[in-house]
Amino acid sequence: MQADPTLTWNVGRDVGEVLEYHFMVNALLAGSIVAVMAGLVGWMMVLRRETFAGHTLSMMAFPGASGAALIGVPATWGYFVFCGAGALAIGRFSGGKSRSWSEQSATIGAVQALALALGFLFVNLYGGVLGGLDSLLFGTFLGVSDGQVLVLAAVTAGALVVLGGLARPLLFASVDADVAGARGVPVRSLSTAFLVLLGLAVAETSQITGVLLVFALLVTPAATAQAITARPGLSLWLTVAIGLVVVWAGLGVSYFSVYPAGFFITAFAFAIYVIARVIVGVLGGRSADLKAPAPESPPPRGVIA
Amino acid sequence: MLLCVMHWRRAVDQRQMSATERSGAEGPAIELDRAAVRVGGRTVWEDVSVSMARGDFVALLGANGSGKSTLLKAVLGALPLTAGRLSVLGRPPGEANRTIGYLPQRRSFDQGTRLRGLDVVRLGLDGDRWGLPLPFLPARRGPGARGPKARARVDEVIELVGASEYAGRPIGECSGGEQQRLLIAQALVQRPDLLLLDEPLDSLDLPNQAAVAALVGEICRDAGVGVLLVAHDVNPLLAYLDRVVYLAGGRAVEGTVQEVITGKTLSALYGLPVEVLKASDGRLVVVGQPEAPAHHHDRHDHHDHHHAHAS
Amino acid sequence: MFSQEFMRNALLAGTFIALACGVSGWFVVLRGQVFAGDALSHVAFPGALAAAAAGVDERVGLFAATVAVGAGIGALGRTGGAGAGRGAKMAAAAPADDAAIGTVFTFILGVGVFFLTLFSTSSGGGAGIQAAHTLFGSIFGLAAGEARLAAAVALGATLLTLAIARPLLFASVSPEVAAARGVPTRLLGVGFVALLGVVAAEATQAVGALLLLGLLAAPAAAAHRLARGPFAGIALAGLFAVVAMWGGLALAYAVPSLPPSTTIVVLAVGVYILAAFMGRRTVMMRGGAS
Repeated sequence: MQADPTLTWNVGRDVGEVLEYHFMVNALLAGSIVAVMAGLVGWMMVLRRETFAGHTLSMMAFPGASGAALIGVPATWGYFVFCGAGALAIGRFSGGKSRSWSEQSATIGAVQALALALGFLFVNLYGGVLGGLDSLLFGTFLGVSDGQVLVLAAVTAGALVVLGGLARPLLFASVDADVAGARGVPVRSLSTAFLVLLGLAVAETSQITGVLLVFALLVTPAATAQAITARPGLSLWLTVAIGLVVVWAGLGVSYFSVYPAGFFITAFAFAIYVIARVIVGVLGGRSADLKAPAPESPPPRGVIA
Repeated sequence: MLLCVMHWRRAVDQRQMSATERSGAEGPAIELDRAAVRVGGRTVWEDVSVSMARGDFVALLGANGSGKSTLLKAVLGALPLTAGRLSVLGRPPGEANRTIGYLPQRRSFDQGTRLRGLDVVRLGLDGDRWGLPLPFLPARRGPGARGPKARARVDEVIELVGASEYAGRPIGECSGGEQQRLLIAQALVQRPDLLLLDEPLDSLDLPNQAAVAALVGEICRDAGVGVLLVAHDVNPLLAYLDRVVYLAGGRAVEGTVQEVITGKTLSALYGLPVEVLKASDGRLVVVGQPEAPAHHHDRHDHHDHHHAHAS
Repeated sequence: MFSQEFMRNALLAGTFIALACGVSGWFVVLRGQVFAGDALSHVAFPGALAAAAAGVDERVGLFAATVAVGAGIGALGRTGGAGAGRGAKMAAAAPADDAAIGTVFTFILGVGVFFLTLFSTSSGGGAGIQAAHTLFGSIFGLAAGEARLAAAVALGATLLTLAIARPLLFASVSPEVAAARGVPTRLLGVGFVALLGVVAAEATQAVGALLLLGLLAAPAAAAHRLARGPFAGIALAGLFAVVAMWGGLALAYAVPSLPPSTTIVVLAVGVYILAAFMGRRTVMMRGGAS
């Protein structure tokens, strides 16, 4: 490894240098897979306005990791159990149309607080130090093994297959729950199923990318894409594209820098989001002025005066 | 209920006397003089000269986009005029808002909203006062009285609108018509001189429309409260109306129902041939162009709804 | 127990912080802004780190960051409220700005980790402990002066919330009518979230950023379930929060292996669960809504 890698303006040389090292290649592969999965699942999450639930589920990794360490089982089990349980709890206790958003969000908040409280308890009981906070939040991209990449790819493939199967009824239920329900779509079960899917996706990816980064990749590219366009096909592609770009750029830059990849990835993603919102805002304002004044409708037919 | 209304009327008479003393004139409730409003670069209406007498029941009609809500907002002082004059209860718009009851367009509460109907009504009484309603502070005169007097007023107005049965329930559990009555109570609780109602009948079924129209009519007649009510359909209001203001084509026409809702007046207003037919029971049917344009953004289809119930 | 100074300090600061969280939490839950509260608690951590990295008292950073972001969220978002929009199909779902909130605060946390790295490379070590304190609180480690200050700020925030309670309620429930009556709804919306920032900054010292949520959401949610009138609800929310705080502190004192932030949150959520069951039974007894 070069003693002191520095970023030069010769992009070709920099990229070549990065790709020389197997761990970087793995990191890029893992990052790309995560970008795709988080992008697609996150797209649905943002559409369904379940960002808070998504954040809570990603926080479940904390008690998952510390609980697993306490009992002495592999961390993976902890991640999956807690994220899955969290998803079921959220689906069961804060789902359904009869609950107002205020009640739903209060419940999700309570679930999250409880999970973090338990996580902290486990850490204390385990006697471990919280020094691993950085890697918990932002993962260990640089230590990804080939095996991990393969597992990640497999889980992603499975998740996407499930998502693909659920996509149409889920979209229907997300946009118009009443009509969908009337047409026989099991809205409530689909909701819970999606949350479980989200939870499992988070559980798998956060082991590599860390808790906060997986959430960033879930929310930001999808939020950007949906702010730019309302057309589902286009915004899906945009989401994945943005995710891939920020992951590559972030990983690439972090190679040359002492700061963690997670920071750069979230920073680039946020930058793109802000730029997109500003552009859309400016363009939207402009087009409102240019639009011809909406003509008033003529007297409607019928009994109305 | 009659007792309530009589008590109400007495109280309003007393207040109206002092209000008259204060403003020094018996002037119109609302007076627009060659007024115009622009919203988002577009002139909504202009050269509008309309006067509404105190205690009158006036319907504000017109198609979607004609600026009815805009007029209400101008009366409340929420939108400034770009031309002309507007005085509300003898003062510039916005100043007299404490004596105006306002029902904005179609709010419906989340199904899970747990605040009670009577809490929502209570807000109309003193929701704009800072600090907490401490029972031991001396009672103030007029609206905003504390403690048991406030509670009594709230109960009184809830009974007036006929919502006593469900006012104690979480408002999210009430039906659309019930929520509407509670919101009318909220607008009435501080004994306003003027009621502004923005499409209050819109989301109600026909029986409820008739009931709410009757309620408002009674309040207007017995308590002397002026009512400016925005509606799409004048028919439920025919029995109670004093006058009509019709907005179309950026202009307004004002007068009695017989004067305004005629083929001649409306055709002149729209600039298109419009016919007004009168059914045998007195109901009016307006027949306009054969096709509405594609971008007609009606929220829900009144026509079919009414057609289904018309027979 | 009360002879120990650290316990007295913890009780002093904790009681008033719990009160502030309960009272403002009632409005947070009403307005559906729990996510914003969560976001603000996450903002506290980078704010504190940035201040520490700049060599300033970390409390300054805490407050500056949370108030600034709070005002931003308040300005960006809708006015917030218990009522839905006109016939919105997704009336029971989150407001449209939830993705924006999520985006902003993942970024800010990323910035926090940046500072963490900066801090640890520049001063070597200490950053992890710094982070832990801001995240999970150190209520048993408060000095007397700190406890008094925290109590004073929290009390001030509580009184301010109570002072604006009525107009805030009006603006949350019937925003157009309130605006017509002269209530500054927009200002109140922004101001409230900024005030929330102050509460968040305060509470991070007690239970830590990540657990602020528990004291903000659970007692208030329980109060919403049980009490009918708004002022009864506010009082109950404050009460539940304070009870959870006292119980949690006592428990943590009695059983040293249990950290106080855990016990407090578990009690608060426990109260909510209890309230949820009780609320359901009452509905069933009444035979449900007609």
